[in-house]
Amino acid sequence: MRRIIAAVVMLVIAWLVWDSFGNRLGRDDPEAVAGQRTVLHRGNGTEPESLDPHRMRSDSALTIGRDIYEGLTALAPDNSVIPGVAGSWDIAEDGLKYTFYLRDDAHWSNGDPVTAADFAFAFRRLVNPDTGGVYAFIISPVKNASAISAGNAAVDTLGVTALDERTLVIELETPAPYLLGVLSQPSTSPLHRATLASHGDQFARPEHHISNGPYVLTEVVVGSHVRAQRNRYFHSVDEVSIEEIVYHTIPDPATELNRYSAGELDMTYTTPSALFSWVTENLNDELHVSPQLSTYYYGFNLDYPPLRDNPGLRKALSMVIDRQILTDRVLGAGQHPASSWVPPGVNNYQPSEFEFLVLNQDQRIDRARGLYAAAGFSDDNPLKLEILYNTGEGHRNIALAIASMWQESLGADISIINKEFRVLLQDMRDGNTQVFRSSWVGDYNDANTFAEVFLSNSGANFARYSNSDYDNLVAQAGRETDVEKRRELLQRAEAILLNDAPVIPLYYYTTKRLSKPYVKGWVDNIMNFQLTRYLSMDSD
Amino acid sequence: MLKLALNRTLLAIPTLFVLTAITFFLIRVAPGGPFDSEHSLSSEVEKNLRRIYHLDEPLLVQFGRYLGNLVRGDFGPSMYYLDQSVSDLIGSGFSVSLRLGALSLLVALCVGLVAGTVAATRKGRLLDTAVMALAMTGISIPNFVVAPLLVLLFAIVLDWLPAGGFDGASHLVLPVIALALPQVAYIARLTRASMIEVLRSPYVRAARARGIDGLALIVRHCLKPAFLPVLSYLGPAAAAIVTGSVVVEQIFQIPGLGQHFVQGALNRDYTLVMGVVIFYGALIIVFNLLVDVLYSWFDPRVLSSSATSENPS
Repeated sequence: MRRIIAAVVMLVIAWLVWDSFGNRLGRDDPEAVAGQRTVLHRGNGTEPESLDPHRMRSDSALTIGRDIYEGLTALAPDNSVIPGVAGSWDIAEDGLKYTFYLRDDAHWSNGDPVTAADFAFAFRRLVNPDTGGVYAFIISPVKNASAISAGNAAVDTLGVTALDERTLVIELETPAPYLLGVLSQPSTSPLHRATLASHGDQFARPEHHISNGPYVLTEVVVGSHVRAQRNRYFHSVDEVSIEEIVYHTIPDPATELNRYSAGELDMTYTTPSALFSWVTENLNDELHVSPQLSTYYYGFNLDYPPLRDNPGLRKALSMVIDRQILTDRVLGAGQHPASSWVPPGVNNYQPSEFEFLVLNQDQRIDRARGLYAAAGFSDDNPLKLEILYNTGEGHRNIALAIASMWQESLGADISIINKEFRVLLQDMRDGNTQVFRSSWVGDYNDANTFAEVFLSNSGANFARYSNSDYDNLVAQAGRETDVEKRRELLQRAEAILLNDAPVIPLYYYTTKRLSKPYVKGWVDNIMNFQLTRYLSMDSD
Repeated sequence: MLKLALNRTLLAIPTLFVLTAITFFLIRVAPGGPFDSEHSLSSEVEKNLRRIYHLDEPLLVQFGRYLGNLVRGDFGPSMYYLDQSVSDLIGSGFSVSLRLGALSLLVALCVGLVAGTVAATRKGRLLDTAVMALAMTGISIPNFVVAPLLVLLFAIVLDWLPAGGFDGASHLVLPVIALALPQVAYIARLTRASMIEVLRSPYVRAARARGIDGLALIVRHCLKPAFLPVLSYLGPAAAAIVTGSVVVEQIFQIPGLGQHFVQGALNRDYTLVMGVVIFYGALIIVFNLLVDVLYSWFDPRVLSSSATSENPS
């Protein structure tokens, strides 16, 4: 009896250990063969929520989406627009009609040709409210797109028509100079209609997946990784060097750094802030620090009494913050202090800046004290404010620093409160805030993606800012086809915004990523895209 | 024994029901929902999403619907991982966590039993003190401290083992050590105390008088009775490994069930959290039943009316 039990136990142990042998990823790494590196191991942050192009919204999912899908246009390593599935296009004089001519050699990963009808089908699905597509708004200039998303028009009234197999016409309600850049976003990719017909919403699962980008999905293991294989039918497959990609899901930056140091990753998604100085000392040649199209800010709830109708007070609060101290001492990872709402480096745009930049810090504090007193506050009657921030690296330190700056320079009475991210979001939506921490990441390389946040009807306008002059200027800019005039309109809008100070831009994000010396083709860019099709790896 | 098993299984049903109900309502009380983000959805899209996932219905209706699906074995789709169903996520996660947890428990048992027995037979001597001191450190140092240290030493400095991921037997070594270490310590201490008592008992003295000694004595006469307190501890040990695995899985990037526990709640993925809670609940109930059954096999006196561990002299 005892022997039988012992035997059973042995078998169980053997199975437990044996079953782990290469079972999960199921193939030998070709890397080991002949010193050639053909598999790129990328750290990819958090778990992608979906690989359906209309349901992707996190950066992790979009990173994979940019490798496996291709839209009408594509982006070069420096973010400039290049032909994608569309080899060329015509734009009408009034900017309201775009005609795209698709390449002859654009194919799906099963050999089928990519047709204009695939695009038309995909766009309609994107704006269809039943799809729940987060990025439906990105094609809002297209005729009837907003009406369809709001449920007020039928899906087939969308201004996208397939004239024939290779010609797609897009009609707009207002000119959208940034449209070509938007059409490189994964949400605007075509869909393989036959796969959707047979598998419905499951079409993005690796066992069914058919895509038109440089890579195609082969495996998804939740909590571990996503694998993609080079698509041999991709029109420029000869220019794609890397054969296979493994995107590792590693939400914790410290863990990611460990695996990078152990040689298990070829490039990382980010770098832990706490270890940033160690990284600059030890891995400086492998570190890329570059400005990113996103702004970290504190928002005011303009419905909250002391802040309401009091731009002077809000500007005072903004002025006394020494942003240089925040970026250099509190954060220390190469971030840039904000001088405007829109980050620098955006296409065709020069941001308007805070008017108080001409003053030095002491002068700013003086002026701020004047504004503070003018608002009726003093040491006997201090301004009481609550800063809400979400749990995370650095957020608490920033909140502490700003609270102490407000206390020291103005004598205000500040408390800081930590909330879990979704709880904070709920508070922001309900207007249950006074000062809250948030950030905005640009969706495409154009100032409009920052300007539209503060439109009166914007869902992201958590400050509850409403200024009809601002709305009009931004709307006018949306209709303007002349680049210079458009820039000027947006700059005037931004100047109004900075003067009203509904938010306090604090700093611009920098991406800080590591890549091994043998990874080539890396070009720092403001959108922080590293498309695998442009990367290559030297062999040993 | 059969009556015990039947009894327990019947009791399990109301237990699981209460667990399900509490979790269901509690997670919906938390502010925020699965579709929140700084990039707000248009109101029409959000209305539709809520309709598709039945979040616009009254809570009791939603609960009834959930229970109806549950009895048919349908945990529903994940509300955050939009391409996955909850059963798939639990299935793939559990097969990984099971491997990790079972191996850790096994390692903890083997090493702990041996260490405890060695300490007991060398009671008062150097080896005893050394083993117990090590055990104390094992209990005191949390696994989120041990795990990164292991990674630093074995993966980065020595490059003997991988730093993370789950692709082969070598990937199991460090996580199993990290999970097992505290349990090794507890089991060693338990075994030592229990073994010391057994070694003093009359029937062991009688065996010694008959000339049985050394390994034969330990294995044939002492191990089974000394094992009883350890067996009772197995239930809490399994629970500790389950909760410890949440941290260890994150540090070693292992695609187990632990990640869904925490991340599911943070993502407000209602269906996934429900699925994981019910699954863990059922697991613990089954495991405790197993322990009780095993206990009666190890010590038949448990089933009879007498409950003392000393023979009447």
